[in-house]
This record gives sequence, C-alpha cells and structure tokens, in this order.
Amino acid sequence: MEQSLKMSRRSFLLRSATVSGGLLLEVTLPAYSSAETGTQTAAESSSNGPEVTAWVLVNPDDSVIIRVARVEMGQGSFTGLPMLVAEELGCDWSKIQAEYASTSEHLRRNRIFGTMLTGGSRSIRDSHEYLRQAGAAARIMLTTAAAQQWGVPVSECMAANSLITHTPTKRQLRYGAVAAEAAKLDIPQDPPLKDPTDWTVLGQSAERFDIPDKVTGKTQFAIDTKLPGMLYASIAHCPVFGGRLKSVNADKVNKMRGVVKVVPLEDAVAVVAEESWWNAHQAVRALSIEWDFGENANVSSDSIMEFLREGINLKKAPVSRDEGDVETAFAAAAKTVEAEYYAPYLEHATMEPQNCTVLYTDDRVDVWAPSQNSEATAAVTAETAQVSIAKVEVHKVHLGGGFGRRGLFIEFVRQAVRIAKTMPGKPLKLIWSREEDIQHGRYRPVALVRMKAALDASGEPTAWSVRQADQSIFSAIRPSLIKDGIDVVNVRTFADAPYAFPNIHMEYAMRNTHVPPGPWRAVAHTHNPYFRESFIDELAHAAGQEPYQFRRKLLAQAPKDLAILDAVAKAADWEKSLPEGVHRGIAVQDAYGSYTAAVIEASVNAEGVLKVHRVVVGIDCGYVANPDSVRAQVEGSVVFGLTAALYGEITIKDGRVEQSNFHDYKMMRIAEMPKVEVVLKPSGGFWGGAGEPGVAPLAPALCNAIFAATGKRIRSLPLSQHDLRKA
Amino acid sequence: MIALTVNGTKHNIDVSSDMRLLWVLRDILGLTGTKFGCGMSLCGACTVHLDGEAVRSCVMPVSVAAGKKITTIEGLSEDGSHALQKAWVEHQTPQCGYCQTGMIMSAAALLAKKPQPTDADIDESLTNICRCGTYARIRAAIHTAAKSV
Repeated sequence: MEQSLKMSRRSFLLRSATVSGGLLLEVTLPAYSSAETGTQTAAESSSNGPEVTAWVLVNPDDSVIIRVARVEMGQGSFTGLPMLVAEELGCDWSKIQAEYASTSEHLRRNRIFGTMLTGGSRSIRDSHEYLRQAGAAARIMLTTAAAQQWGVPVSECMAANSLITHTPTKRQLRYGAVAAEAAKLDIPQDPPLKDPTDWTVLGQSAERFDIPDKVTGKTQFAIDTKLPGMLYASIAHCPVFGGRLKSVNADKVNKMRGVVKVVPLEDAVAVVAEESWWNAHQAVRALSIEWDFGENANVSSDSIMEFLREGINLKKAPVSRDEGDVETAFAAAAKTVEAEYYAPYLEHATMEPQNCTVLYTDDRVDVWAPSQNSEATAAVTAETAQVSIAKVEVHKVHLGGGFGRRGLFIEFVRQAVRIAKTMPGKPLKLIWSREEDIQHGRYRPVALVRMKAALDASGEPTAWSVRQADQSIFSAIRPSLIKDGIDVVNVRTFADAPYAFPNIHMEYAMRNTHVPPGPWRAVAHTHNPYFRESFIDELAHAAGQEPYQFRRKLLAQAPKDLAILDAVAKAADWEKSLPEGVHRGIAVQDAYGSYTAAVIEASVNAEGVLKVHRVVVGIDCGYVANPDSVRAQVEGSVVFGLTAALYGEITIKDGRVEQSNFHDYKMMRIAEMPKVEVVLKPSGGFWGGAGEPGVAPLAPALCNAIFAATGKRIRSLPLSQHDLRKA
Repeated sequence: MIALTVNGTKHNIDVSSDMRLLWVLRDILGLTGTKFGCGMSLCGACTVHLDGEAVRSCVMPVSVAAGKKITTIEGLSEDGSHALQKAWVEHQTPQCGYCQTGMIMSAAALLAKKPQPTDADIDESLTNICRCGTYARIRAAIHTAAKSV
C-alpha cells in the first residue's frame, strides 16, 4: 500500500511540475534516495495531522494546513496559493493555515512541490492547476474515506464546509475524523475542477495570513535569525566588478572589540565578530585592503554609452521581427519620426539587505536566507560546503522584499557558508551593509533604443523600425534564452508588440558590460514599455492625432490590450477637461500574461517642478485569486515604477557604482504619493501575473503627461536629470 | 555598563558606548522588530521612541539613549492591539512588511502629538521608505486609527 501510494504521489507531482515551465533555476538538483537520509513516510513528515496529499494536512479538530512552496516577499502568495487549494477542498476558509513546504522534504520526495522559485509573476499563474487539483484530490479522498466507513457508494456522499454528508441518510462525518483513513488512499488523478462561476473562495478578498505578525514585529525575517553563540560577519567587496583581493592588513582590527577573525575571499573580505554585527562592521570599515581592480577600472557610464551607441550604429544586427517591407514604406512615407531613448542601470534596494545565517556542523548545514528560491539555496549551500544536499536544511522565511534581486543570484549564501565552514559548530550571520547592497547588486540593464516610424499622407502609420542595444541578463546564465544572438526576454514589448503596423523591422544588438545584470521587477517590461509607449505618443503627435484614439486604431486586432486601455481611459475621465496646468499621459502594455494600462495626471510649474496628481492604472490578469492582493501589487507597482522614472539611476565611474545609499539612490516617499486608483478588470479565461505588470505603463504614462504639459519629450530617464521648465 | 530602559524593563549592558542603539536592541536584547535598513538615518526602518519622540536608532550611540525611556515595536502594545496596528491589519497595509514596524512607530509618535493628523502632518512625519510602495494604505490606516481613538 505504501509503495503504491508513493508512486501515485510522484506521478501526480511530476505531471504538475511540467506545468511550471518558464524560469527554472540554473543549478543541478541531485535527486537523492531515501537511503541517504533514512526512509520517511508521508505521515512521519508532518508535525501535525495526517497528510492527505502533499499539500493538505487535516488535523483531528478539522483545522487544515496548506503547504506553500513559493516564498512570501510581499506579493501575497502565502495566502493566494492556499486559496487555490481551499477552493476545491470544500472546507471553511477560517479553518485554514498556511505553512511553508520544507525544502529538504521536497528534495527527498523527488521535488514533490513543483518549483520553489518565486519570480516572473508566476506563483499563481503557474501553479493554479496543480494546487486546485490537490484540493480536489484531498476532498475526494476524504469523501471516499467517509463512504468506506459507512459502507455506502461514494456517489451518495458530498463534501462541504469540512463535513462529508451521506445524502440519503443525512449522516455526517467531519474531515478531521476521516483524515487518517483518507491519507491511506490512492490520490485520484485528474480530479475534475469547479467551473469558475462556482468559486466561493477564489475571487473574494481574503485577509493575508502574514500581516498580523508584520505589524507587531514578530515576523522573523532571515536577518532576524538568532542562535545561541552566534557570530556576526560584515563584508567589503572589491568596488570594481570583476576585481580581486590583492592583500588585506588586519593589524588595526584584530584588537577591536569582539573581532574573531578576518576572512579573505577572492573578491571580498569579511570580518567575523562576537556580540553584534556592529562590531564586525566597524572592523570591516577599519581594514586596509589592497584590491586588484583589473581592466574594468576604466569603465564609466560614458564608455558604456559609447558601447551602446556602437550597437545602435552597427550596420547589421540580429533581426528579432520582420514583417512586410519597411524600406519601401519609408521611401513612400509622407512623414517619418525618429528618436533615440535611453534607460540607466537600476538597483533593487530590497529593504531587508542581503544576509544569510549558517550553522555548519559535521552532520548537517542549516541555512536561513532571504532567497527567492530555496532549492537554489540548498544547492548552493551543498556545493559550497561540499556536502550532500541531503544534509542541508533550508529554513524558509518571509523576505523583506525580493523584486528579482535574490532569485537567480544568492551569492550571500555562498559567502556565509564559506565563512561558517571555517568555524564548525558556530552559527554565523552575514549581513551586507546598504552600501554593499547598492554597489554590488544585479542591475536592471542599461538600454539604448533607436526607433523610426513612417506616416502616410493621411497620418496613418505605415512602418516601424527598432534597433535595440542593451545588456542581456540571461546570456551568461541561461543560454537557452538566447536565440541567434537575440535575448528573447530583452526584446519583449517590441517583438511581441500588438500594434498593427503593416511593415515592421526590429533588430537587437547585445551589449554586455562588466556590470552584473539581473531581473528587476518587470525585467524588460520596465524600460521597453517606456521606450515604446513614449515613441507611440511621439507618432500620434506627429500624425496630429489624439494619443488615446491613435492607440485604439493600432490595437484593433488586440482586444485585451484595447479593453484595458478603454477601461482605464474611462475610469480616468480621459474625455473630460482638467484644471488649468494639469495634463494627462497614457500608456498600455501587456506583460507576464496580463494586460495593463495607465493614465497619469501631472503638472509642471514655472520652476520646472513636477507634481503627479493622479494615477489610474488598470490590470486584466484573467482570473483573480485574491483581489485585494492584486490591487496592493498594482498600488506598489505604481510606486516602484514612479520611483524609477523620477529618481532611479545607477551610474558607473572607474568601474564601480557611484551611488551608495538612499541619499544618492532616492526612493519616493509618502509626501510624493499621488492619488492612485486601481482598475481591476479580470476578464476570465486565463491566468496572468500580478506582481510585475503594473510597473510597465507608469514611466511612459508619466513622460507623456510631461510632454502634454511642457512640450518636452523625455527621451532618457530618470526625470531628475531633466530641466522640465517650458522651453 | 550602560543602563537602558526598554519597554519598561531596565537592562545593564556592557557594550562600547558608541555602539548604535539599533544593534543593542537587535543583537544584545534580541528585539528584532526594529530593523536595519540603511545605517544612515535615511530610511526609518529602525525607528523607535526615545522619551516618546520618534528617533532613528541606527545612528544613535547607545550612550545617548542611556537613562531615557525607550519604546520599540515590541513595547507598543502587548498583543498588536494599538489602534495603529489594528488599522494596519484592517487596511492590509504591509506587503513585505520589513519597513512597517518603523512606519508604525513613526505614526505612533505622530498620533501621540497630533491625535487627528492632517495629510500634511503625515507627509512631514512619515519620511520612512517603503520599497513595496504601501504609502496609500499607510496614510489610510493612520486616518482610521485617528478616528478610533
């Protein structure tokens, strides 16, 4: 029985795992046999009631624990994912608690929880099917167990509100009373799922499980880990990316309070101290370090710009899209519009800085880290400690922000494990200072784009050509995303643009620099929509047409983009006049399987001071699990997008990042917060992402409003670099 | 030894006098609800009350706090029942939540002085950074809390 149960679980999840394509981690996860750790049955693996399926534990008192494989970093998945299971489980929402699925158990059980990577706005949209099936399967098993106890056909029983009812006799059994028997049954394959019109949990706003502890300070982030006898480490990296440590003189710090030791790494130095991170950090700052900066020390933002421009000017570049015949169309054009746009590097600045706590012993390695991918945390730990992954225990915690910084790149884990391994048995907490965080990030890449379009005599667009020159995030880490020299992620927004130009030609010139790139909330859908939607606005203006209606015509064949654009324009009273001096901008974008649009009202006074008055932003993500969480994500996206547009800029000088903390890498604050209205228009029929798409239309909608207000076309960001006074 | 009164409890601690209050709270006293965000008094994640005033503990030498009444998020209420904490839950304000304890401590100091703050008061007092962008809900929660007391 146990054997067949295991097989059935495995096949259930194997199939589930294939649903979750997309961004998978780039580390090899060795499957390991139970022989390495001792066989563990499903029932033993839980600390509570019986595990009905891997995702659902039902306690004798009917309370239910639903396991969550992805990590909570503010996006609400810790609540939204259990809602998917609960919808089909047939129990009261009030009986449900969420807990993280154990990474080690996941690996022991052949990756039974699918992917644990949290990113790409994928948590809900990639797991909705297998999680709803997990809930349905558990409901069927509980019902079957009750039917068997009564000796009646399952077809005569129904489950609702944590009760199974034998309909003919009205006998009832509680979920908690049959859970142990249900757990012994085979897991049904392909259980039928409810029609969305019958949903009672999904689509209704639920209070998030993680919030009460976040207002009392009880939430334990990785940085809050406290272990007996814990030591602390602070680190200084070579300021120039790619540079190396030459020598370090620790004479001054060895006598400083609490200092235990100095640990040189290839490209960094750490100091370990007792008592407090403060001691370690004071010592790191006092070190005399000699670096070998290497050849990158000559790189600057100016030299990077030259390099991008070379890409723009290359005679030939890989073609990312080609439709019709742009050359003929340009030759016949009544009017052409040409413009070049630029966007700088950006850093994530998660409020919880990078950190990792490690307890390395001869038997096992325990790790606490703010990682968006606990499987990668385990793999990196095993590889660095040179132990079997079966000996690694990753303690899952909520993250103090992620935004893409710590999904694919968790070098802080590697560092902490290396330091801890030099002191077996001593828990070690490594924390990066904010300066290290800002200066050693994984940056939203720089991009330079030249666009050209043709209009005929009646102002109708006839051709669009684009040359992108930007840095590829994935060329170094996921070669499968590079096709014929084109980074398929970086060309999104252009190569998949829904606008119906009869002739299109697009090219992509990869320009990789020494500055480490990374996925930054919305990835290519941050700068590319700014370029595209600003340029479309330029084109509308050149055609003498109103920008909203101009887009409408070009989107005639893209009903979902058109619908969200219309919904937002309507909510924003697009046709109504505004107070003197206030102007509107509009933008539309599809991203991460969802459709978004924004209208921004802004004014610029005589001194050139910009004020954002109102932001109306809409999203159609198909189905919605937790509406209030989607709203919150879009509200947050507004701040993330506006912060980047207003202030966001990482610059390079002498090979290193010039900014270091929030005084020179500014964030929007509450005083700058405009009125935000979220238009939630879930049209059903598909599952789109919610964490990132809202960022996309912000910068272009704002810059288009600035153009309406001042006549100045903003062709580079951030806005803080521009004089917005009327020409 | 430095004498500190934190959330009504007296502690005598042996640390260097220039150690910042934040690290005394977090690493010596284990009160991790107060967060490290920037170390330069820029973000406000480390906000605590010193004799009722909101201060940024990441730049405050512990010696300056000696003899004064220190309140951290753990001491704001025993059970999350402060009007602001309840309003924060009602508005589902936190996202990642890392900055929120500092936000609540800043807001609590404001409400103690101005029980009915205007938007301008909030703008002036809450200069903390929230990277998730929860500002609209923070503002709404402060107004809700102000109505309830």
